[in-house]
Amino acid sequence: MQTTYKRSIVTGMVGNHAVAYAVRQAKPQVLAVYPITPQTTMLEKLSEYIDKGQLKARLIRVESEHSALASVYGAALSGARVFTATASQGLLYMTEMIYWAGGQRVPMVAAVATRAIASPWSILDDHQDIMGKRDSIWVQMSAENVQEAYDLTLMAFRISEHENVTLPVMMGFDGFILTHTMERVEVLPDEVVDQFLPERRFNLVDFDDPVGVGSVATPEDYMFYRYEAQRSMERAKRVIEDIGKDYENITGREYGLVECYMCEDADYLVISMGAWSGDARVAAQRERDKGLRAGLLKIRVFRPFPKEKVREYVRRVRGVVVMDRAVSFGSGGVLGIEVKSSSYGLDVPIHNVIGGLGGKDVRPMHIQKVLEDLSQGKLEEERWLL
Amino acid sequence: MMLMRGNAACPGCPIPRELDALLEVTGKNTVLVVPASCTTVIMGDSKGMPSKVPVIHSAFAASAAIASGVKSALDARGEKATVVVWAGDGGTGDIGFASLSGAAERNEDIIYVCYDNEAYMNTGVQRSGLTPYGAWTTTTPSGKRERKKPLPQLVAQHGVPYVATASIAYLFDYQAKIRKAKDITGFRYIHLLSPCPPGWKFDSSLTVQVAKLAVETGIWPLYEIEDGKLRLTSVSKTLLDKANRKPVVEYLKLQGRFANLSDEDVKRIQNDVDEMWEELSKIVS
Ligand code: SF4
Repeated sequence: MQTTYKRSIVTGMVGNHAVAYAVRQAKPQVLAVYPITPQTTMLEKLSEYIDKGQLKARLIRVESEHSALASVYGAALSGARVFTATASQGLLYMTEMIYWAGGQRVPMVAAVATRAIASPWSILDDHQDIMGKRDSIWVQMSAENVQEAYDLTLMAFRISEHENVTLPVMMGFDGFILTHTMERVEVLPDEVVDQFLPERRFNLVDFDDPVGVGSVATPEDYMFYRYEAQRSMERAKRVIEDIGKDYENITGREYGLVECYMCEDADYLVISMGAWSGDARVAAQRERDKGLRAGLLKIRVFRPFPKEKVREYVRRVRGVVVMDRAVSFGSGGVLGIEVKSSSYGLDVPIHNVIGGLGGKDVRPMHIQKVLEDLSQGKLEEERWLL
Repeated sequence: MMLMRGNAACPGCPIPRELDALLEVTGKNTVLVVPASCTTVIMGDSKGMPSKVPVIHSAFAASAAIASGVKSALDARGEKATVVVWAGDGGTGDIGFASLSGAAERNEDIIYVCYDNEAYMNTGVQRSGLTPYGAWTTTTPSGKRERKKPLPQLVAQHGVPYVATASIAYLFDYQAKIRKAKDITGFRYIHLLSPCPPGWKFDSSLTVQVAKLAVETGIWPLYEIEDGKLRLTSVSKTLLDKANRKPVVEYLKLQGRFANLSDEDVKRIQNDVDEMWEELSKIVS
């Protein structure tokens, strides 16, 4: 629910520009970005900010995404607030460094304009790219609309640099659907952002007390690093909620790990993530109008996965359909797998609908049909919206 | 001594001394960026701290890009420091070539040192793009059939302010080049030929002798390229005259990796070296 808060500025922006605007306000000192569709107009906007002196930062115009993440990794270790952005093949090309940054738990923010992965080629949206990074020790969030893309970008910096977290954060928003669509956005004045985002403290390059970063680890050390990463992910849940509350105090917009829409008294629940949550919202509302008690549970934070919350909502309903835009081939929808695992032992049927891959159109009426079939016991365990 | 004692190098390995000689010049305010290589192992595990300067270990292909970020952040912090990539031939000329070239093209303010042991030694002597013609490696059991990638020249073609070659056998020359590089702003590249006793199959007491012969036979000319101008340095200045160059066979015969060369191969290598000096004499005169 969006309410106009007295300190906000109401404007219209496409998603890429809204994210770039938030990045400008977060004042990173070092950025490294390689252009890739559909992220490119964000890079162009950031270049413009820097050229005009509206953002005082070094933008490293690297020769590849691998180097983009490598550069911000080096800069982040050395004490700078950093940012990068990518999509699809670019995220794949970054992958080695994604893991490297996660393994060292280096605070940084990357925006991912989600897009299908080749082959075959597609520049349109799905979540296969970002979901493929789910085990790389990054906090992963997903925006439903341009407003959220802006808000989450600002929150991402604070979450990432929080002393109880110190993890890189990925902010996913659907390619073209959000990156290139103009929407109404409320942005914060710069001075309000300055107050919300404290100065960054993390720095590992200290000449008086030098350390080695990323050296060879013994099996004991290696395992311990991983254990600490898992604990830090668990702590991040609390931190994300706290920062969300802080943000709500400033903006009036609510930000938790999940968002519940008419799910308190729902019989049937749609669980979704990203831009098509808007369509699911419409579908649930239309079904309500027809007498079916439908609700929507939107997953905003995918890593750490809010198992407890999901379980709490699933246990109250008669049936669940999880909408998936990414598949773990040979297993099932990625979000579906997470929801099923979170709901282990509950006597609630969980169905998985896979759609929207490579930009294939999914509309509220498709989700309505799924909900109707679910309520009539006619929905398969896994359905593809072909 | 900036590199601590008791590191994990093989006996006779020149890397610890090469690295130490570098740090002696660049000093305490140096950040080392080290991609996967023998030095990763030499530096030891996460419990120890093998040097008195910060070390950032890097994924294989990423070091020049990481160093670009480190330097940018230090600049933003107003911290004066020298950022040095310390990488092997694979991390520089093969898997790391794109990020090296990117950083050179952007003229990043970093020093890049390639210690070239002419094969992938850390994984057990597999051929690299910088393995010379005829050399045995585990993946070229009967000798490499292609030539060595001309890396210093390729980097120089980017138009960077400083490129130099060096050798552990000519320490004064090597350190003078680092000293010079330290005071230049922009991308600086130093290519060190770094003999490896187990990989080149020579006795570990002969490291410096092998390094010296590489220079004396003319196989490894010592030079620096400043603003596009090549200048021979140290003993290499005297080698334009062929009479002053020792025959390459003196260098080759000390090393087991060249044991299977035919007379023809040796002749070819000698010819290649002579041709290179022809070229050099045109450039410097
Ligand atoms: S393998 Fe060669 S280069 Fe590597 S540590 Fe041993 S001697 Fe040095």
